[in-house]
Amino acid sequence: MSNDIFVITEHMDGKFSDVSFEMVGKAKELANAWGGQSVSIVVGSGISSDGFASDSTIQVDDETLNRFNPEAYGKVIEALVKEKSPRLVMFGWSATGMDLAAWLSARLGKPCVAYVKGINIEGGALIVNSQIYGGKMMADVSPEGDMAIVAVLAGSFPVEAGQGSTAATQIASPVLLDGLKIKFVEAIKPAAGDVDITAQTKLVSIGRGIGSKDNVELAEELAKKIGATVSSSRPVVDAGWLPRTRQVGKSGLKVKPKLYLMLGISGAPEHLEGMKGAELIIAINTDKKAPIFNVAHYGSTADLFEVAEAMLELL
Amino acid sequence: MNIVVAIKHIPSIADDLPVKGNNVDFDSVDFVLNEFDEQSIEQAVLVKEATGGTVTVVGVDMIGELDGVLHLALAKGADKAVKITGDDPAADSHQQAKWLAEAIKGMSPNIVFAGVQASNDLDGQIGPMIAAHLDMPYIGGVSSVEVAGDTATVNKEFAGGFGAKYAVSLPMVVGVQASTKPPRYAPISKVRQVAQTATIEKVAPSGESSARLTMKKMAPPVVTGHAEMFTGSSKEVAAKIVDLLKSKGLA
Ligand SMILES: Cc1cc2nc3c(=O)[nH]c(=O)nc-3n(C[C@H](O)[C@H](O)[C@H](O)COP(=O)(O)OP(=O)(O)OC[C@H]3O[C@@H](n4cnc5c(N)ncnc54)[C@H](O)[C@@H]3O)c2cc1C
Ligand SMILES: Nc1ncnc2c1ncn2[C@@H]1O[C@H](COP(=O)(O)O)[C@@H](O)[C@H]1O
Repeated sequence: MSNDIFVITEHMDGKFSDVSFEMVGKAKELANAWGGQSVSIVVGSGISSDGFASDSTIQVDDETLNRFNPEAYGKVIEALVKEKSPRLVMFGWSATGMDLAAWLSARLGKPCVAYVKGINIEGGALIVNSQIYGGKMMADVSPEGDMAIVAVLAGSFPVEAGQGSTAATQIASPVLLDGLKIKFVEAIKPAAGDVDITAQTKLVSIGRGIGSKDNVELAEELAKKIGATVSSSRPVVDAGWLPRTRQVGKSGLKVKPKLYLMLGISGAPEHLEGMKGAELIIAINTDKKAPIFNVAHYGSTADLFEVAEAMLELL
Repeated sequence: MNIVVAIKHIPSIADDLPVKGNNVDFDSVDFVLNEFDEQSIEQAVLVKEATGGTVTVVGVDMIGELDGVLHLALAKGADKAVKITGDDPAADSHQQAKWLAEAIKGMSPNIVFAGVQASNDLDGQIGPMIAAHLDMPYIGGVSSVEVAGDTATVNKEFAGGFGAKYAVSLPMVVGVQASTKPPRYAPISKVRQVAQTATIEKVAPSGESSARLTMKKMAPPVVTGHAEMFTGSSKEVAAKIVDLLKSKGLA
């Protein structure tokens, strides 16, 4: 058993995601407090991994690991964790980390905390702060035993603290990677042809509160009046009311417009990931406890339809 | 094809969430079907329609009120409903995953569907845990599933519209983010009719596992910033927003 901290970094097309650096920065701080080492783990093939500020970086390099594969990545990470017994293993609560963190927890019988916003050490023990119920509740929990797994929400720690230069040590895969049941077939690229919401200065963004496809027109009209484009939260797209190209958030696009006018969006962490940097955020939501009001600059608990209609008359 | 769908009943986050002790007070909140399970039921039924087979929905009955969502799933095209009589609202995800895995094992599934996440899964997602217990591959964040023979082809989403297609040998556990088509609507009359005629099979919980987390505190977030709120009638609110936009040259 060591006091080391593993950060399972994530990358796409050779570029590491911000959450990787965010975790490395935090890992350094925790490792200092514990007298252990912060170790960045890179699972992939032929990528340059020398940009982390961790004490060391281990790069598992194998052609099979060229693309994310939850089965192959899971096996490699499990083998490394078993061999080195770190005290803490950090994943991002991301498209890739979500496939792995709880799986590893069940495989190893070690505790796991999801939706992590904060990690502290109190009297040598870990206290992990987790944001649940769509941002309406925070929990402080302490994992039992000598190893814990956490899955960290993007944007919880500063990126800069994890950036640096540490030479990566390349190793071969610690497990055989043949006979995999999951096979990568091909990459899927974003659909083209629609407006690019990341290039717009003003967005009128609608959420589930818009109620039905027919009501989308009201938002379109309002947007037109102020020279804005309509974007949305995920459920609006999943319901087929707008194309996927309009989705803002974790699995959608990141936007930073001058104006983000929100109609009927609750402000779940997955949505905030895509828009919290907007210059002026105005939220209309009938639920006075909606988490969006902790992020928006201006808000109102009035009915979105009444406000939108009234705005149309005034504009 | 034996298709199994694990569905979960969770406190509605549209409501206030009162805390009792170190948890949400389950007695004073409404429970709803996890939003991703609606997608997952639809995707499972689409697979059944394409390949033939049986869709079995299964859930842990945490508060003794699971029947409603099981009936809803049957009305949307599932064929069989099973509930694990947990009746322990405090059971953590690790415990529930173990119970589910034990129950699902007996169903000899070709494919197990779970929702990609639920908003209250403090100790991690159940889909990958079930897969670990059943020694099946897991892939989540999936927005399309097609089955041909003993292979499933799934699309997994990354961010910004990027994704990847994978081929997976069955059996597998899949974590559904969205189904290929928006979920179908089941009229209340049909759900009522199902509720009167359907039988729900009961299974006793079996197997033990624990999250091994000690809860220190659960509370609504301490708010560091709050929006400046516009009050008054909707017309007044609209006028204030329009003024603000004009003052900033945004309208
Ligand atoms: C892996 C993963 C990735 C995800 N990626 C994304 C993503 O990219 N983008 C994203 O948005 N979500 C994403 N989600 C989903 C996210 O968890 C939330 O489910 C989603 O953001 C909720 O959308 P919403 O706010 O529109 O709906 P809800 O949370 O249902 O909120 C609707 C709001 O409308 C309000 N409302 C209702 N009627 C009215 C009215 N008449 N007037 C005013 N207000 C009203 C309600 O009070 C409520 O707050 C992702 C989830 C997962 C698991
Ligand atoms: N008690 C439960 N009964 C059945 N399925 C569950 C249960 N808890 C979680 N699941 C499944 O796991 C998915 C993700 O939930 P969670 O693991 O809580 O994030 C849900 O959408 C369900 O498919």
